[in-house]
Amino acid sequence: MLYNAFLQAIREIKRNMMRSALTAIGIVIGIASVIAMVNIGKGASASITQSVSKLGSNNLLILPGQTRGGPGGASSFAKPFKPNDLNVLKSSINTLEAVSPVENTSMTVVYKDQNYRTNIKGVNNDYFTVQSLEVDLGRKFEKSELRTGQSACIVGKTVVKKLFAPDENVLGQKIRLKNFSCVIVGTLVEKGANTFGGDQDDLILVPTKMFQRRISGNNNIHMITVSVKKNIPLEEAKLQIDQVLRESRHIKANDEADFTILSFTTLLDTISQITAILTVMLGAVAAISLIVGGVGIMNIMLVSVTERTREIGIRMAVGAMAADILIQFLIESVVLSALGGIVGVLLGLAITYGVAIGLDIQLILDPSITVLSLLFSMLIGVIFGISPARKAANMNPIDALRYE
Amino acid sequence: MIKLAGITKTYGSGEVATQVLKGIDLQIEKGEFVAIMGPSGSGKSTLLNILGALDVPTEGDYSFMDTNIRGLSKDQLALFRRNILGFVFQGFNLLKKTSALANVEMPLIYQGVSAKERHKRALEVLSSVGLQERVDYDPGQLSGGEQQRVAIARAIVTRPKVLIADEPTGNLDTKRSHEIMQLITGFNREGITVVMVTHEEEMAEYASRIIRLRDGMIEKDGHHAV
Ligand SMILES: Nc1ncnc2c1ncn2[C@@H]1O[C@H](COP(=O)(O)OP(=O)(O)OP(=O)(O)O)[C@@H](O)[C@H]1O
Ligand SMILES: [Mg+2]
Repeated sequence: MLYNAFLQAIREIKRNMMRSALTAIGIVIGIASVIAMVNIGKGASASITQSVSKLGSNNLLILPGQTRGGPGGASSFAKPFKPNDLNVLKSSINTLEAVSPVENTSMTVVYKDQNYRTNIKGVNNDYFTVQSLEVDLGRKFEKSELRTGQSACIVGKTVVKKLFAPDENVLGQKIRLKNFSCVIVGTLVEKGANTFGGDQDDLILVPTKMFQRRISGNNNIHMITVSVKKNIPLEEAKLQIDQVLRESRHIKANDEADFTILSFTTLLDTISQITAILTVMLGAVAAISLIVGGVGIMNIMLVSVTERTREIGIRMAVGAMAADILIQFLIESVVLSALGGIVGVLLGLAITYGVAIGLDIQLILDPSITVLSLLFSMLIGVIFGISPARKAANMNPIDALRYE
Repeated sequence: MIKLAGITKTYGSGEVATQVLKGIDLQIEKGEFVAIMGPSGSGKSTLLNILGALDVPTEGDYSFMDTNIRGLSKDQLALFRRNILGFVFQGFNLLKKTSALANVEMPLIYQGVSAKERHKRALEVLSSVGLQERVDYDPGQLSGGEQQRVAIARAIVTRPKVLIADEPTGNLDTKRSHEIMQLITGFNREGITVVMVTHEEEMAEYASRIIRLRDGMIEKDGHHAV
C-alpha cells in the first residue's frame, strides 16, 4: 500500500510538473540555505581558527578594564595603565621575552604633496619581537629616542608606496603628522595581508614616549602586548602578570581585577563563539524560510485535495478507507517536500563549494547536516501535509462523488 | 441476500426538509437482476447510493446476508464496498489522465493484490469487455461506450457479489446500450447479483425483475420472464 501510494504520488507530481516545481522551490531554497550556512559557517570558523593560531600562540594581550564579550569589549573608561605598570612587568617577571605598550591612532601623514591616512602605533623595540616584525632599511629605535620621545618613525611598506616615488630615498626624510614632523629612521619588511584581509604593512611605528607627548598628551597606556618565553606555560605567565599588576594597581586579592589578560586561545574561544552564534542565527533564518516553504506545500495540497474531490469519491466508492486516502495525500506532500529537499541539498553543497573556493576558506561538508536537512524536509511534508490529507480523508463518499 | 425495511431518506431539516424516500421495503435474492425505474426525481439514485453503502438512510434497516449494514463503522463500510460491491456510475467516473488499465487496477490496490496479479486480472477483465486493444488509453481518448465498459470492468474486477449500476446506458446510443446490457447480463449469468437503475424500458427488459418508484415509494414490483 505504501509503495503504491509512493508511485501514485510520483505520478501525481509529474502530472503537475510546473506546479510541483514551483511549490517545492520554497523547500529547495530553505534546505539549500541551511546547508550552505552551516557548512560555510564551519569552514569559515575553521579557517579563522587556523590563521589566528598562526598569529602567535605565545603572545598575551593586556587591556585595562574587564572584558566579558571579547576583545574590544574593554571599556575605554577603564583606568589605563601607567608607565610604572609597564616597568614592574619588565623588571619583576622573568618569564616574559618581550613587553611592549601599544598606543593606537589613525592619522593623515604628509610628504611633499602626497598625503595618506594610516595607523600610528606607539611602541618600543619589543614590539618587533611580539609581532615578528623585521627592519628592512635603517634601524629600530635608539635608547635615546625611546626615553625622550624624540621624533622618529619606522614606516611600513604600504605607507612608503603611498608617499614616495618608487626609487626615492626614504631614510632620513621628514614626514608630517598633524602639527609635528618626524624623521624616518627605518622601514619594515613587507608582511602582506593577514587572514582577515587587513593590510599589515599599512602602519607607522613611533616610540611610545613620542606618541604620548605629541599625540595623546598624557602618559596613559591602553594596551600592552607581551611575548612569553618558549617552554613557559601561558597560564603561568598569566598568573604572574595578574599578581604583579594587582600589586602595582593596588587591587586586593579578592577584588575583581581592573584589567584583562587575553591570550590568543581566549581570542580563539571568542571567535568560535561568535561564529557559532552567527551560524545558529543564519540557520534560524534559513529555518524560517523552510517553514514558509512548508506553508506553500500546504497551500498547494489543499488546492489539490479540492481539485481531486471527485477522485477521492471514486476511490472511496471502490473501497478506499479514510486511512488509505490520508496516506495517499500525506505521502504526496512528503515526496514533494523530500524532492525539494534533495534538490536543496545539492544546491546547498554547490553553493558551499563555490563560496569556499571564492573566499578561500576551508571546504567542510558536514554529512550530519545533510541527513538532518533531508529528514527535516520530510518532516515538513508531514507537518504541512497532514491537514490537507485529513481534509481529504474525512470526506463523505457520496458528497465527494457529487462534487462538481 | 439484501433486505431493506422501512428505509427513508430526508435531505435538509426543519422547513426545507424534503423526504426523498418514504419507506422502502425491499428484498433482493442472490443472482437476481433487478431494474429500478421511475420518473426523474423519484429517488432512484438515492436508493441505489444507500444500497451501495455510499450514503446512509435516515431511518430503516439495511441488512446484507444477516449483517446489519447500518451498524457498521465508516471503515467497515469501506471494506463492504471493497470486497462485496461493484459500482457503475451514470457519469463513468473514471480517473482522468489515467490509463484504462490503471483505472481497472485501482480497486485491486485497495484489496492488497500484488502488482503482477493486478495487471493480469485487469487485462483479463478489460478483454472480457472487449477493450484489449485500448488498455493504455486515457478516458479522454475513449468513446462514451468504451469509457462505460472500462467502468464496468473496474466494477467487476474485484469479483463482487453485487453489481450496482446507476443508469449505465444513460449517456449511450441504442446500439452501445445493448452492448453494455449484454455484458451486464453476462456477468449476471455468472452469478453476480445486479441492481440497475434505468429509465429505458428497452434496457429494463434485460432484468428479471422491475421495481417502479414514484415519489419515494415502490409503486410496482414485478418479475417477468426474460
Ligand atoms: N444532496 C441532496 N440534497 C438535497 N436534495 C437532494 C440531494 N440529492 C438528491 N436530492 C433530491 O432528491 C430527489 C431524488 O433524487 P435522486 O437523484 O434520487 O432522483 P432520481 O430518481 O435518481 O432522478 P433522475 O432520474 O433524474 O436521476 C430529487 O428531488 C433531488 O432534488
Ligand atoms: Mg439518478
